[in-house]
Amino acid sequence: MTLMAKINLSDVVERELIREVPRFGPGDTVKVNVRVVEGNRERVQTYQGVVIRRRGGGSRETFTVRKISFGVGVERTFPLHSPSIASIEVVTRGDVRRSKLYYLRDRVGKAARIKEKRD
Amino acid sequence: MAVVTKGILGRKLGMTQIFDESARAIPVTAIEAGPCRIAEVRTPERDGYSAIQLAFGEIKDTKLTKPELGHLKRNKLDAARHLVELRVADASQFELGQEIKADVFEAGEKADVVGTSKGKGFAGVMKRHGFHGKPASHGTERKHRSPGSIGAGTTPHHVFKGQKMAGRMGHDRVTVLNLEVVRVDAERNLILVKGAIPGPNGGLVIVRSAVRGNA
Repeated sequence: MTLMAKINLSDVVERELIREVPRFGPGDTVKVNVRVVEGNRERVQTYQGVVIRRRGGGSRETFTVRKISFGVGVERTFPLHSPSIASIEVVTRGDVRRSKLYYLRDRVGKAARIKEKRD
Repeated sequence: MAVVTKGILGRKLGMTQIFDESARAIPVTAIEAGPCRIAEVRTPERDGYSAIQLAFGEIKDTKLTKPELGHLKRNKLDAARHLVELRVADASQFELGQEIKADVFEAGEKADVVGTSKGKGFAGVMKRHGFHGKPASHGTERKHRSPGSIGAGTTPHHVFKGQKMAGRMGHDRVTVLNLEVVRVDAERNLILVKGAIPGPNGGLVIVRSAVRGNA
């Protein structure tokens, strides 16, 4: 192609769809403030847990947060740039050696702890 | 022949998703639409039908034939990669050389998108026609994806015309009707339509007003 330079989708369309989010990755414990609509009232609900994966790119990126709720493992996947997420706070930074922490699903209690990162 | 009220040429950029007011993710295809110029206006008096010819895309002059270049230069247009004629209900509202930009469409209306589907090469009947093939086991030998019988024997003594067989698949003109226009950005020549459209990224597409009434 001559003058019709290849237009990158992420440059043209997705740039404006991407919101500012804090830096976090797998192993980090995060607090996700989710907007919940009940009837015509809206409130913010907090969901806290360990990030076990981030996947996708651009406006399609998602992340999964795992927590133990009343003894039951719960995983929730959020679209990173969804307007239904009011904010994301990083609670602790974890020191992990892989990008997908699926091994946590097979562990309970003490074994499921994640080392905290020291800088 | 589909008669439309308006249309524009563009290139498919690819798919992504955007969020609506209630935070639902909507799958959209981005189209770099226009700017196009009208290279010819056909009227019933002169041509027997009404249509417009759209010119789209940059190209070097040397890449075009002299007749192509002459046709464009006569109407004082730059060399264009694509020339496509669209049947319109009333050609008199268009004039030669007029620029058509993405803002002929607006968010919320319905549009049809015409493109050329991705070529699949020589494809077997399972992929091409959705046949079920043959069992994986129970004595099937090397015939798992074969079509089976293609007709009776002595009568009629030939295979009927149109029998579905393996062959070239894809690279056909495909029209997707009634896609919702989600967003239009004339400054950046962008149209986002809801859902998928035919062809590879970078392929030429025609976006036109919906012909089947807004359902």
